[in-house]
Amino acid sequence: MKRPELDRPALLEARGITRLYGPNQGCQDIEFTLHQGEVLGIVGESGSGKSTLLRTLSGLEKPDHGQVIYHSQEGSSAGQAGELDLYAISEARRRALLRMEWGLVHQNPRDGLRLGVSAGANVGERLMALGQRHYGNLRAAGQDWMARVELDPRRIDDAPRTFSGGMQQRLQIARTLVTQPRLVFMDEPTGGLDVSVQARLLDMLRTLTRELGLSVILVTHDLAVARLLSHRLLVMRQGRVVESGLTDQILDDPQHPYTQLLVSSVLTP
Amino acid sequence: MTAMIKPFLSAEALSKSFTLHSQGGQHLVVMHDLNLQLAPGECLVLAGRSGIGKSTLLKMVNGNYRVSAGRLTLHFDSEDGSDHADGSDYADGSDHADGSDSGELELSTLPAHAWHVLRRDVIGYVSQFLRVVPRVSTREVVMEPLLSRGAGEVEARQRAEAMLARLNLPERLWDLAPGTFSGGEQQRVNIARGFIAEHPLLLLDEPTASLDAANRDVVVELILEAKARGTAMLGIFHDEDVRDRVADRLLHLEATVLETSCLETTNTGLENTGLETTGLESTGLKTTSPTTEETE
Repeated sequence: MKRPELDRPALLEARGITRLYGPNQGCQDIEFTLHQGEVLGIVGESGSGKSTLLRTLSGLEKPDHGQVIYHSQEGSSAGQAGELDLYAISEARRRALLRMEWGLVHQNPRDGLRLGVSAGANVGERLMALGQRHYGNLRAAGQDWMARVELDPRRIDDAPRTFSGGMQQRLQIARTLVTQPRLVFMDEPTGGLDVSVQARLLDMLRTLTRELGLSVILVTHDLAVARLLSHRLLVMRQGRVVESGLTDQILDDPQHPYTQLLVSSVLTP
Repeated sequence: MTAMIKPFLSAEALSKSFTLHSQGGQHLVVMHDLNLQLAPGECLVLAGRSGIGKSTLLKMVNGNYRVSAGRLTLHFDSEDGSDHADGSDYADGSDHADGSDSGELELSTLPAHAWHVLRRDVIGYVSQFLRVVPRVSTREVVMEPLLSRGAGEVEARQRAEAMLARLNLPERLWDLAPGTFSGGEQQRVNIARGFIAEHPLLLLDEPTASLDAANRDVVVELILEAKARGTAMLGIFHDEDVRDRVADRLLHLEATVLETSCLETTNTGLENTGLETTGLESTGLKTTSPTTEETE
């Protein structure tokens, strides 16, 4: 047997990222590469800086130091072909990136949805931003994606405020994935949901990431969620990455005292 | 199995220790200086009492455990294909073009992201227990390794169903998530999932532990078929009948490990003759078993 090609192309790189609001508040010296098709989990307690890191990576918050490098599909004028320095490009360009190639799933679906307009319009909005105008196509895409996230397509004209929390979260995911983003950021996507609803969402996310070949950066404090969804983990504490590696390696053979504490503190029913 | 055949997997001076920070930084050596070679088409069975590090070794090969010291190496064909004339080539037609000219792949230093493809295409692991994902049906659990390689839905489904039928899992269970199944049923789902993808290296951690005789026979058949395909297998079987039917060689871990894990005790004349070592064994068990059992 020939040796398989193990290295997948890099998609996003964090190069020495620091964003501090105060001593140990925020994230410091973060360095990693996300490869295509990888689901990277960022775990740690609240206050460990993981949400700050996610905001910085996803273009929402400029780091004090360091660079976020995105390997875009399109050619880039600056630097190597397709390499974009996220905070060196214009605000408009950054927004376009978020709209066209990236997706962001908020913990609270109300932050990612427009509750007053119909479910179908919520799903269609990102497509319209990409230039699609044909009403029939937008509606068909809306129904298709509602079905894919296990929402009743007949509710396409209902406003999300009439949906349950779990349904809203699934709608937010449909809205995010409808444009087939290459990279999706998720902030505690199953937080605040009942366990049974959470299981359904996790299963759906697993299937969708595999089918669409998505690359994902997922922030969660829940190690069980991390185990189910992520290939690789970064463990954060007080703003720094204390350990990183394969998900089951981190969970089965943690090296750092803090990771050992974290793993041994999980209750297994 | 002749020594002439180039190994597919080799371990050199392989060691594993755990440092338990929550317990005062206690340092546990569970494996020291292990050497082995495993050829394509060979089934090497690990033997030794529980807690000796058999599962630990499988987990190191699968990347679940880090290698503390030593080398763990996969030997692929070199780019020029000059060596390795033993017919172990896998005609899977996949694109393995790679810049390097060496076929050797060192696992102990492999970056995390490289394991994804390795586990998908090269290393398969059948553990004792199924890690159940809520809501995912048995059929899908078994299809998943094929789907992750890009196999078509129809083909994956047919092969999964054939495998489940072969392992005598009733058809009415295929649509259900295996969470509520009996131990033996879950284990058969796990075996189906492990064997379906025909990885060239299979790690088997007591795959027959809770099976009845008929299903044990099916697993033995699966192992023998894999062997005939050129699959290299490293296994743990407590069932002596199964072991005798599948093993080409036995590797006793006793000597390797006891030597070191009992360094503190007087370890002169440590022979594997039952009574003499009983006292030492129980000492060894105390130090090693918390690590290997509880980190599951």
